[in-house]
Amino acid sequence: MLGDAVLGTAAEVTAGDLRAQVQEFLAAHDPAQADRLEFLRARFDAGLAWVHYPAGLGGQGLSRSLQPAVDEEFDAAGAPGNRPERNGIGLGMAAPTILAFGSAEQKERWLRPLWTGEEIWCQLFSEPGAGSDLAGLATRAVRDGDDWVVNGQKVWTSSAHIASRALLVTRTDPAVPKHKGMTYFAVDMHAPGVEVRPLRQITGEAEFNEVFLTDVRIPDADRIGDVGEGWQVSNATLMNERVSIGGGAAPREGGMIGQAARTWREHPELRTPGLHDRILRLWTEAEVARLAGIRLRQQLAAGQPGPEGSAAKLVFARLNQDITEFEVELAGADGLRYDDWSLRRPETTNFYGRESGYRFLRSKGNSIEGGTSEILRNIIAERVLGLPTEVRVDKDVPWKDLPR
Amino acid sequence: MTQATQTHPPAPPLPGQSAGRSSGPDLLYSEDETDLRGAVRALLEDRAQWRDVLARTETAQTYDTGLWRTLAAEVGAAGLLVPEAQGGAGASYREAAVVAEEVGRAAAPVPFLGSAVVATTALLAAGDDELLAEVASGAVTAALTVPFAVVGFATVPFATGSGARQVPTVRLDGGGAGDAAGIYRLTGSVAGVADALTADVLLIPADSVPYGLYAVRADEAGITRSPVVSLDMTRQLCDLTLDNVPARLVAGSERAAQAVAAALTAGAGILASEQLGIAERCLELTVAYVKERRQFARPIGSFQAIKHRLADLWVAVVQARAAARYAANCLATGDPDTLVAVALAKATCSDVAVKAGQETVQLHGGIGFTWEHPAHLYLKRAKADSIGFGTADAHRASLAELADLPPAGADGK
Repeated sequence: MLGDAVLGTAAEVTAGDLRAQVQEFLAAHDPAQADRLEFLRARFDAGLAWVHYPAGLGGQGLSRSLQPAVDEEFDAAGAPGNRPERNGIGLGMAAPTILAFGSAEQKERWLRPLWTGEEIWCQLFSEPGAGSDLAGLATRAVRDGDDWVVNGQKVWTSSAHIASRALLVTRTDPAVPKHKGMTYFAVDMHAPGVEVRPLRQITGEAEFNEVFLTDVRIPDADRIGDVGEGWQVSNATLMNERVSIGGGAAPREGGMIGQAARTWREHPELRTPGLHDRILRLWTEAEVARLAGIRLRQQLAAGQPGPEGSAAKLVFARLNQDITEFEVELAGADGLRYDDWSLRRPETTNFYGRESGYRFLRSKGNSIEGGTSEILRNIIAERVLGLPTEVRVDKDVPWKDLPR
Repeated sequence: MTQATQTHPPAPPLPGQSAGRSSGPDLLYSEDETDLRGAVRALLEDRAQWRDVLARTETAQTYDTGLWRTLAAEVGAAGLLVPEAQGGAGASYREAAVVAEEVGRAAAPVPFLGSAVVATTALLAAGDDELLAEVASGAVTAALTVPFAVVGFATVPFATGSGARQVPTVRLDGGGAGDAAGIYRLTGSVAGVADALTADVLLIPADSVPYGLYAVRADEAGITRSPVVSLDMTRQLCDLTLDNVPARLVAGSERAAQAVAAALTAGAGILASEQLGIAERCLELTVAYVKERRQFARPIGSFQAIKHRLADLWVAVVQARAAARYAANCLATGDPDTLVAVALAKATCSDVAVKAGQETVQLHGGIGFTWEHPAHLYLKRAKADSIGFGTADAHRASLAELADLPPAGADGK
């Protein structure tokens, strides 16, 4: 996410000042009376949406650390919220990308409805032929007057079925090496030629979608960044994704291990010596991972950002898988039952509302989504440890000439 | 490579929601701690190059007493835990942990852990100010005579004091009272004691009546310290026998048990930081080597099979550091979570340091298997440390009680 260093911090405003601003705002906008959307729009316009964003765009150019004071004050007043859980990609990835690369007009046009939740965003990046190798993507955008015409297929798009806008990265110049011929857009998900189909996953439900783009017209005004700059813009988006994953400060047993530990305590009849050894190992690893998360946040707060964040997602993915596998085994005969295979369309991912079998299966995605564990290891090896890159066979070859 | 996706994260902290300010235990290194690290590292880089360390392991003087005196005199390493009023540096377990990391990095043959941490903690708990001041200044080196591979250490009754009496040791001759001068007679043996070979004073937990912690000068008649050909010759163990040795009572009964328990808890907690230092050094050595070593006309560090192993090792070191810092901070602040913290740290860092030593040998290939390379020094120290003051398994077992995860057959609460 964009930090204080990028945006600059006005020196004088304190949390107390912001609380006073919120009270003033609440005096003028009674949360009990106001229309929900009107209230949220007014909050955005008052610079109390995300205080670390610039003035005029929902913020005041302040430190991000001041935001909790604002949120607490609104929550305490029972004010309507912007339901951030429904718009994770919009708030966590689209907004910082727009802020960094969007034009003034685009920021003005997109950020407010994004923050209020009027416009849910999704992300059209992965393709059937471009997963870890995102820069190999094949969805074509061809210039036609003031528009671009897009054809291709995207996959693993969460929220596509509820989204009104999407971040889209395309190939605009096949004649140059792959990283150089990409261009980034925001696309209207209701435009003609956009077709969303549920992508059913191993849990039975469909959190994700396939999105087919057939002669979709995008105005050039909705291009984010320069033509050919799509890779740089995509990287900014993905950077925010990696920052997002790994979680906030949870208490001890606040994560997946808590569920397993409670089952262990409540069901002595399920315990075996082998499982005991495993739960002690898992508990130890989960608690140490939690401490590592605390340490990471302390480093960030102290202005000593380190590369430790990339460790967090690797550990979190492996632990979730190990713990849930343990849970299913601990459940014994009940581990053979599954709650529901029907094709559901959840709007958010919730590990805890369902049985252990669901968690076991859903956690398999944790080492794939948001960068596979293998790609993360490459990133750690090359960017943290400084090891030489793999020999590359695709770097200086025009995209159209790559074997596929 | 797996077919990848990028999808939305399960629970992202969102703008407008905010993850909040970090708080809780301080797991970072302070400026003072970083300065202390710099001073210790400079000294050890000068005086404990691995070739010197290796050469010393094949001499009769496996401990570098000269280096230890310098560490004590120049950076106050011997008295970190002792308040200034009692002749020490008035620092804490946080600083001691930083020194331990550096000692681990160098596999330095100094009795820092045994004297400045374990024996010092016992003396602090026992309240022996006179001896404490001598140990804090570095004038006297002390050792608590428990086996390095102390059994049953990581159990809750032990760590709270009452179980400390199970640590085996030495028989107290002559019943419940000392002689006219308050001197007791000790007879018996303890095997595999760390840092005792070079100690001037031995602190001896003794059984029978009364249970107590006794002090003797190490050169007293009747004491035999037989050097053990140790797996880790950078911390050579000795077998100790006492034959009717006159000893002074330092603390009796409960107080002695608590002193021994506190000493071993601190020993395990700070040893975890030593293990972190070993692991970190192993990772550095190996990363540097795979960047240079060429096979098939490219650096071997460009092969994914090697990169991924080292990435995993780095991740493990990140975890180990969080655990070790938490233990050091809990020890320093007397946190009620100290027993959990020490168990987590020792369990984690034991495994990580041994893993790091093994990867160092393997990824160096043939050269890593030779005597003429430091890899074996680290591997041996890491393995010995993983047994010292409780194995990873023993510490995890202690969490069964500490974290309320009872074993099979035990009735749940």
